[in-house]
Amino acid sequence: MIQMQDLKKDFVVRVKAGRLRRKKRVVAAVDGVSLSIGRGEMVGYIGPNGAGKSTTLKMLTGVLTPSSGTVSVCGLTPVPQRTKLALRIGVVFGQRSQLWWDLPLRESFALLRHVYRVPPAEHAARLERCRELLDLDEFMETPVRQLSLGQRMRGELTAALLHGPEVLFLDEPTIGLDVVSKQAVRSFLAELGAAGDVTLVLTTHDLADIERLCERLVVIDHGRVVHDGSIEALHARYGSRRSLVADLAAPLPDGFTLPGATLAAVTANGHRVTFTLDSSTAGAAVAGLVAAVPVRDLSVVEPDIEDVVSRLYSER
Amino acid sequence: MDQRDASVPTISRLGPFRASVATFGALIGSGFRRYATYRQATLAGTFTNVVFGFLRCYVLLAVAEGAAGNMPAGYDAEQLATYVWAGQGLLSVIGIWGWTELADRIRTGDIAADLLRPIGPVTAFLAADLGRALHGMLTRFAAPLLAGAIFFPLHTPARWQTVPLFAVSIALAVIICFGCKYLVNATAYWLQDARGPIMLWTLGSGVLGGLYFPLRLLPDGFVTALWLGTPLPSLLQTPLDVIAERDGPVTQIALVALQLLWAVTMLLLAGLVQRRAERRLVVQGG
Repeated sequence: MIQMQDLKKDFVVRVKAGRLRRKKRVVAAVDGVSLSIGRGEMVGYIGPNGAGKSTTLKMLTGVLTPSSGTVSVCGLTPVPQRTKLALRIGVVFGQRSQLWWDLPLRESFALLRHVYRVPPAEHAARLERCRELLDLDEFMETPVRQLSLGQRMRGELTAALLHGPEVLFLDEPTIGLDVVSKQAVRSFLAELGAAGDVTLVLTTHDLADIERLCERLVVIDHGRVVHDGSIEALHARYGSRRSLVADLAAPLPDGFTLPGATLAAVTANGHRVTFTLDSSTAGAAVAGLVAAVPVRDLSVVEPDIEDVVSRLYSER
Repeated sequence: MDQRDASVPTISRLGPFRASVATFGALIGSGFRRYATYRQATLAGTFTNVVFGFLRCYVLLAVAEGAAGNMPAGYDAEQLATYVWAGQGLLSVIGIWGWTELADRIRTGDIAADLLRPIGPVTAFLAADLGRALHGMLTRFAAPLLAGAIFFPLHTPARWQTVPLFAVSIALAVIICFGCKYLVNATAYWLQDARGPIMLWTLGSGVLGGLYFPLRLLPDGFVTALWLGTPLPSLLQTPLDVIAERDGPVTQIALVALQLLWAVTMLLLAGLVQRRAERRLVVQGG
């Protein structure tokens, strides 16, 4: 569905060098990305700020010309065939609106039907479904400028789907949303993905979006792909393990070890210890610990994707 | 999403031409609706148009008093009053001022949303502007003309073709004006901020378009050069000369034909500039 081969985008930045002189510097925003995404895949595309996520998305949707490399989306080349491609993709930029500022949602949607030339029955069916799943009814008549961010995002999602796109690009669709709206957007997308006929590419900084929605995770940094695979593969690669956190009644004896686990931290005057579980099971580790020292409280902590990703980002 | 069998891309059952017309019509409707939302602004604007109409009318009539044979630049007093009041009515129909939407969208990067539509930005913005003009025609045109007719003797068209020609001339002026505004706004593709060009345009179109005074007051050769060499006199001077019947029937038609030429030129130019811009466009923001 989407093919990128050695895709690059350079920007020329002029840097101050002396009073009047400016030096030209070429910055590679996207530096040789090759990816292939199949029909129905849900791909999370993440990276730190300035990693090149949005730039990639702009090239995929045809609003930015690549410096080199090839792109193909739905078998079309985005920039020269932009208007043709527009009929087959849906795009939501979390930070911009594609709705008509002065018009109520209902009229924006009606207008989109004409712009995309969707037969009335199809349009009505899709709109009906979105209205149900995204609870649009209470603000269908409100002009877009008066909508809250969460309401607007639900409107944007609907607008991007009314023409039945094959590929949906979402650039930070949950940015700035409250928990409830985030949940609404996520479960809507999950349902969409479960049907399996829309290919979804999602960029986000909220990793819960990814955990909830995407089986495949592509991490980019400095314009290059640094990870491409499942979330589990990412955990495995970065050796993220579960850990055992225990509050002890007495400090840990010197030289205490648990087989198959490493002591990661001792805090609260030696009363709180954290072990990472390398090969030991949680049960064995708990039994070993309880046998050696009196334990007040303990918990087993799952590896956190945020930790893994922050480690990935800081490895620059 | 649902109903996958309804294969995408969805082409309407209408023929492609009729579908295009329907799309264009819907976009015109959206332009109309956007302006119809702001009723107080419409009222306030109309009121301002009327007030300035009195100012301009008295100044020009005073000029007429002092001119040789009371015919400055070949207009009699009734024609001058018609020139002023029809001009006040047309101001917000043709809309030479105040459109910075494209420049703003380029600056903020919102232009991306326009580029992601299956319809070219020039076409989409033109349709919206025609809708705006239609709204202006229905709400802003009549009141100044009526005020003028109550307080001043206006020129009554003597030829049957004057009124239809006037209508055509207005439509063409709207299109020419749109082309000019589009080009001025499109400088933002290169400059990021089009405020400078927009200011120049606001000043230039008012003076050289015939808004502040009839261009015929200027030397003949200069006016002819202006008319043939720039689209500006085609914005207001032409429709106003047509309705005031300043010239004979042949010149009247020739002026409108010149407008047609400019309308086509400006639209082609806008399309060309847009295509050039897209090749180097950097959509701003993350």
